Amino acid sequence: MAERRIYLDHAATTPLDDRVFAAMAPYFREKFGNPSSIHVWGQEGEAAIEGARRTVAEILGSYSQEILFTSGGSESDNLALRGAALAERHARGATRILTTPVEHPAVLKTAQDLAARHGFHLDLLPVDGYGRVDPGDLVARITPETAIVSVIYANNEIGTLNPIRELGAICRERGVPFHTDAVQAASQLPIVVDSLNVDLMSLGAHKFYGPKGVGALYVRNGTGLASTQTGGSQERGFRAGTHNVPLIIGLAEALRITHEERASQAARFRILRERIIAGVLERVPESRLTGHPRDRLPNHASFVFHGVEANSLLAALDIAGYGCSSGSACKTGAPEPSDILAALGLGDDWSLGSLRVTVGRSNTRDEIEAFLDALPPIVRRVRSAFPVRT
Amino acid sequence: MSGGVDSSVAAALLVEQGYEVIGLMLRLWSGDGTSGANRCCSPEDVAGAKHVASILDFPIYILDAQAEFKSHVVDFFIDGYAQGTTPNPCLECNRHIRWGHLYRHAIAVGAESLATGHYARVSETGGAFQLLRAVDRAKDQSYVLSVLGQENLSHAIFPVGEYTKPEVRAHAARLSLPTADRPESQDLCFLGDLDYREFLRRQNPGSFKPGPILDPSGTQIGVHDGLANYTIGQRKGLGLPSAIPLYVLEKRPEIDSLVVGPRDGLGRRKFEAGRVNWVSGRAPGSRVRVWVRVRYKAREVPAQVTIHPDGHVAVEMEEALPDVTPGQAAVFYDGEVCLGSGVILL
Repeated sequence: MAERRIYLDHAATTPLDDRVFAAMAPYFREKFGNPSSIHVWGQEGEAAIEGARRTVAEILGSYSQEILFTSGGSESDNLALRGAALAERHARGATRILTTPVEHPAVLKTAQDLAARHGFHLDLLPVDGYGRVDPGDLVARITPETAIVSVIYANNEIGTLNPIRELGAICRERGVPFHTDAVQAASQLPIVVDSLNVDLMSLGAHKFYGPKGVGALYVRNGTGLASTQTGGSQERGFRAGTHNVPLIIGLAEALRITHEERASQAARFRILRERIIAGVLERVPESRLTGHPRDRLPNHASFVFHGVEANSLLAALDIAGYGCSSGSACKTGAPEPSDILAALGLGDDWSLGSLRVTVGRSNTRDEIEAFLDALPPIVRRVRSAFPVRT
Repeated sequence: MSGGVDSSVAAALLVEQGYEVIGLMLRLWSGDGTSGANRCCSPEDVAGAKHVASILDFPIYILDAQAEFKSHVVDFFIDGYAQGTTPNPCLECNRHIRWGHLYRHAIAVGAESLATGHYARVSETGGAFQLLRAVDRAKDQSYVLSVLGQENLSHAIFPVGEYTKPEVRAHAARLSLPTADRPESQDLCFLGDLDYREFLRRQNPGSFKPGPILDPSGTQIGVHDGLANYTIGQRKGLGLPSAIPLYVLEKRPEIDSLVVGPRDGLGRRKFEAGRVNWVSGRAPGSRVRVWVRVRYKAREVPAQVTIHPDGHVAVEMEEALPDVTPGQAAVFYDGEVCLGSGVILL
């Protein structure tokens, strides 16, 4: 194995911040109470999660009661789409779901499931060559039958940002609830719900140096939401099940730190990202940037290489000491062109060779230079081993 | 790696010998209508291989080879039966998948050698590589590796080839590898739960074209339900009333005919073979004395091999064998050394 291992896959997950770990630690052992219990043990737990809720609400510019804790981004997406779609159908008979082809599967597959099994109709907004939605297309496609609109804030595979504020304003004018998956965005971009014009917003803690297995869903007061999980009345009845107190504490502390350091970190990430983009495009022949060159996540660079098998490239990079991704963290081993790259109109000869490089707090300029030196010969080797399959 | 005992112990031996090991596992094709996953790489096998890799503390990657496997191995198998032969897909898998696709992948990701759990050995003299039989003769797999050449062998390691199967099982037990007690299977990995006839029927119904059954003189004595149902030497399932047992002597796909007859009609001393591979990289002159094996588990007999200028060979054995079967490989040996092989022609 390589002597030095460099992690460049912060869009997949981030390491837990030491300060976050310290904040969580007491709630694993001494402060073990169930927040739903009446006694002082329970009250201690309840106080802790309500404090966490206030912290999150403050950062989002929302009320505390608008924050629901979940098991992560995927659960938040599920609850947002299912809960809002069912509530809107009940309230006003709306049966259409409007989303995009470049959503995370937690949104897209949920929308497809609502269409396939629950009688909704699925409409997809077109995206441009950067994977971005044009507000004009939303105006053209939103109808009184639209139950919910969901558009990803920052795409996980290609990093492109969507004009959430404009999209949200269009929905607001028409009284249609608007959801955004901000799981990737929350680590680096402003997430103040009133300036984004969102009614529902999903977060996942492990993308911003918090623990895995916990997320949050912002639900604007007045937004209809049907409960999709039955059981106890935790989280105002929307999320039955005993609270995972230490993880909730961890989410809030991680978000607090991220919010405090956001501007300085994002500025640093942008410099590293620009260096990666310039270096890769210059040094690797037949390479293209995917996603928008500027309106993209500050820490996110993504490429396609012609005639390269992504899984071989990732294995070779890993063996050389670099942890990267082809776009999502799923490692089924089957080289299928990603839906998102296909939606951008890339053929298999390009889209099978995708690489995502996402920097984080610990990465240094020196590490990026080492990566840029290592990548070109590895791409050459992988290319020569596998002639292009089209 | 397959999650099985041989490749797991191979990896463990390499780790013990101080190699920096990288695990690779193939994802192979399996058809609709089979039970789902290819037997070589079911989810349980993947979990097993990953468990072994985590115990031995090395990384493991899955390499998708479904498309390559389908075209080079499965289609070859289907086409071979359609053409009236009894193909051996394991040799094609070694030629194109293990020592083609997987080998190129291993080199591409930065490996210097490719090791597998095959029972065979490699020796080198002055830059020339030889493929040798395994120490455990009962498990020897040089037959299916006879398609390898110098490039492959110069980067090949067969760690378990130096051990007997009981020793390999003992290694697995000593290292507490989770595969130590897994049963072995002899069926083709891509058939799933199906027997090969049912598999062919689903994949290529056209390979079951009925035709006449002939006796050795050419007289029709019955009707068969597709040449793919039969193999040379087969006695059961002919459905012919006869006072003496009848055997499949020959397939004649050009006239869709099956030739059957009494046992003494079975057996060939001479045959031709094509797609010849010489492990050394070149033919050993125009004529060579060898020991030949005409099936994976066949008895070896002495033979003379005459090499034609176009590369195909004529094989004349010292005695007739009952199971010389077109489509199977004839593998040539000189003592411990596997010289190469060819595919027996109709």
